[in-house]
Amino acid sequence: MTSTEVVRGEEWLRPKPAKDPVSTPYWEAAARGELLIQHCPSCGNRQWYPRAVCTACGESPEWEQASGRGTVHTFTIIRQNYAKPFRDLLPYVVAMIELEEGPMVMGNVTDIEADDVQIGMPVEVYMVEAEEGLGVPFWRPAKS
Amino acid sequence: MDSRKWRLFYFGPMDRTPVIVGVGLSEYPKAPDLDAVQHHSLAMQRALADCGIPKREIDGYICAGGSGGMMVDDAVTMSEYLRIDHRYVDSTMTGGSSFEFHVQHGAAAIRDGACDTILVTYGSDQLSRMGRMLGTGGFQRGGSRVAGPMQYEAPYGNSLVGAYAMAARRHMHEFGTTSEQLAEIAVGVREFATLNPKAIYRDPITVDDVVNSRMIADPLHKLDCCAITDGGGAFIMTTAERARDLAQPPVYVLGAAGAQTHWNISQMPDYTTTAGAKAGPEAFARAGLTPDDVDMIMFYDSFTITVLLLLESVGFCKRGEGGPFVAEGHLKRGGKLPLNTDGGGLSSCHPGMRGIFLIIEAVRQLRGQAGEVQVPDCNVALAAGSGGWLSAIGVAILGKEHP
Ligand SMILES: [Zn+2]
Repeated sequence: MTSTEVVRGEEWLRPKPAKDPVSTPYWEAAARGELLIQHCPSCGNRQWYPRAVCTACGESPEWEQASGRGTVHTFTIIRQNYAKPFRDLLPYVVAMIELEEGPMVMGNVTDIEADDVQIGMPVEVYMVEAEEGLGVPFWRPAKS
Repeated sequence: MDSRKWRLFYFGPMDRTPVIVGVGLSEYPKAPDLDAVQHHSLAMQRALADCGIPKREIDGYICAGGSGGMMVDDAVTMSEYLRIDHRYVDSTMTGGSSFEFHVQHGAAAIRDGACDTILVTYGSDQLSRMGRMLGTGGFQRGGSRVAGPMQYEAPYGNSLVGAYAMAARRHMHEFGTTSEQLAEIAVGVREFATLNPKAIYRDPITVDDVVNSRMIADPLHKLDCCAITDGGGAFIMTTAERARDLAQPPVYVLGAAGAQTHWNISQMPDYTTTAGAKAGPEAFARAGLTPDDVDMIMFYDSFTITVLLLLESVGFCKRGEGGPFVAEGHLKRGGKLPLNTDGGGLSSCHPGMRGIFLIIEAVRQLRGQAGEVQVPDCNVALAAGSGGWLSAIGVAILGKEHP
């Protein structure tokens, strides 16, 4: 697996996830450059976001490292948002990314003109460190 | 046998068929002197006056709360404030569709004998309180900590409009739905609003106006989005038996059902359909009716795409055919399935959770009291509420005739 870039040292002005016992490994892994999803040993279901239970069967899921590759399932270009810091980032893309492993995750698609984003476009993950031990996944067009 | 004796024969001494007998609106679209609790109160007063039931007869209360301001308006607080001596209470909160779920729950409670007469209230001073930036104000502001499932969405700056836009984009991709087709929904609802003196937007609009209005979150334009207003509503449910000597003719609950697929938009399992695909057929089965039997629809029109997805999922057209169906003009004034004759949330009144107005306008139509926008021979109306982000869908089928 190629290593995932982790962008460090940028001022984080966006809302910060409040780590809880279930989400802490997810955010800490992202700070190391790993995108985690959950896999159910009982029924095989894979899911995002992380939960204390498998949404399919109710058993306890386990962590699994995802490839960090996926495609854009759907998206929108936000052109109006009065909340800081987003009003300074307009226009920007919010998308649902369908991971190679199956689950869909929400994220921003960056490093591309918003109007050029397409459904089905291959994307890959990168991480931005919001604070020490808390990384947030972002997406950009896949290189290959 | 006269009808009373006939019903006695078939339904026993007490006909517990659930009916809606009283409806009331507070003030809209702007009521700067009313807070949320006053909207609840005024709507209750007007619903009681509408049917002539004395307040002391109310023995069931349903309230979703959720006005969102400093004012707490949940079921227990409002029970105390309005002093409702309930023996049945329900605080189901599914967002804007709460009130369709309330019809489902209230009808079951009345049929079961858990109570005889239920009051449902809602009130919000959203416009006066918050101004016009709600839909695009972002879910969370920078610097804050976000807990729970929203922690996985908040860093990305999605807006309320953006959530619905993702569904619209996917529907366009899969089925070729166009912005012009979505715009037809807004145009049709606006025509009804021009006939409602209280509607917040009353100037006629065209498809060009909609698709040329400012893009808020692609592919949804400003005129694809609902208004933000103040407002409140109340309705009173009781038994067909009690309804016999009231001031207004009863409106019968023929069938009601609800279902949920997700809450937050990132968890929507399929961006092109809703839980209406479960709730719609169940409501029709309970009513013993089909979509062809429906004379008018009251659909939650938070956004034009909301109406389109509800049309398909509840069963008025096939999946993917919502765009052409709308473009044929069925939903407009004089069409075979008029939509939102009060001017809807798109053009008349949307204080945050619009679902109660769907019920109230459907009742007005079924009573034949809708004036200039009266749908001819209106015997069956269907209200479909969408709560959250296309998340929790409640369907209530109401009729003029005893089932
Ligand atoms: Zn499982």
